[in-house]
Amino acid sequence: MALALTLIAMGASACLAFVYELTKEPIARTVLNKKTEAIRQVVPEFNNDPNAEMFRMPTMDGDSLEIYPAKVDDNTVGYAVNTYTDKGFGGKISLMAGFKPDGTIFNIAVLEHKETPGLGTKMSEPSFKDQFMEKNPSDFLLIVKNDGGPVDAITAATISSRAFCDAVQRAYGTLFSGGTYDGTSGPSDTESQ
Amino acid sequence: MNQLQNFTKGFFKENPILVLVLGACPTLATTTSALNGLGMGIATTFVLICSNIVVSLLAGIIPDKVRIPSFIVIIASFVTIVDLFMQAYVPTLYETLGIFIPLIVVNCIVLGRAEAFASKNTTLSSFIDGAGMGLGFTMALGILGSIREILGNGSVFGYKFINGDGILIFILAPGAFIALGYLIGFINSLKRT
Repeated sequence: MALALTLIAMGASACLAFVYELTKEPIARTVLNKKTEAIRQVVPEFNNDPNAEMFRMPTMDGDSLEIYPAKVDDNTVGYAVNTYTDKGFGGKISLMAGFKPDGTIFNIAVLEHKETPGLGTKMSEPSFKDQFMEKNPSDFLLIVKNDGGPVDAITAATISSRAFCDAVQRAYGTLFSGGTYDGTSGPSDTESQ
Repeated sequence: MNQLQNFTKGFFKENPILVLVLGACPTLATTTSALNGLGMGIATTFVLICSNIVVSLLAGIIPDKVRIPSFIVIIASFVTIVDLFMQAYVPTLYETLGIFIPLIVVNCIVLGRAEAFASKNTTLSSFIDGAGMGLGFTMALGILGSIREILGNGSVFGYKFINGDGILIFILAPGAFIALGYLIGFINSLKRT
């Protein structure tokens, strides 16, 4: 009885070890591709390897963000910042936010989130995120309209929209204000999504 | 029972979702769109077929007392294989389905078929049973996913045919219960006539 179970468990482990080895490389490649693809989307065209030149900058609240510089022949054309917020409706949202050297937002890509399908998930659609393109957070405040700012929130997903702004603000604050990001963007919320 | 009946019983007479109501948890959670439903269905079908085959092959040598642990080890191995392959080759679908891929292990249909069918029947019948049940499950998930996507988002398989928002509740959890309830009611009314 114990022998049969042991044999089955051993057989299963052997199969899994084999499949793990088989898929290890494709999985690593997929993860890297996804990141590189996101960087490519959010900054102007570049010809360096942003993954190799990645550096970290500390945020105000003791964490640090990965920053990928995009360069053309050693001239920096933009920065992709791997930023996040914990204020999403479903917890953490991570974004790749791309800035030009003067702080203007070039584009934003959503990397990971657990928002409500059909509501919060719309933040990765152009109808929402394109409003940030070519805006500079120094004069385009990252605050949704409900809170008195200029950002059009997603219908029925104000919390997700707010969280999105928070993540972008974190990236901007970390990159350009030397970590003056204070952990809040806009008034705190009391209403529900 | 002939093999054709064996295959088709999974679609209507003993459909795991619509008649037996087994594995309702992933059904309710992953059918936010037609594509997610189908993806989940196909992953489960693969596990179901493989575990049915292996269980029917090993049924003779597994002592009765440890059969459930043995079945679970076999099922968990196949789920891990699916998990790794999806992570490597269909990362977008993998991210959407998230935790529900590993949770196929505890899906009642898979263990149910191993215990109730595969352990007592030939390998060929078990394969056909797994395929029929799996495809029946996939069909139910596809239908439920389509209904929810059509009503909730005005689109099907990502193809949008209504401008603007749908009836949001159908994307959310309560919509899953409502849609599944009516679907089961509809199937029951068909059976009665």
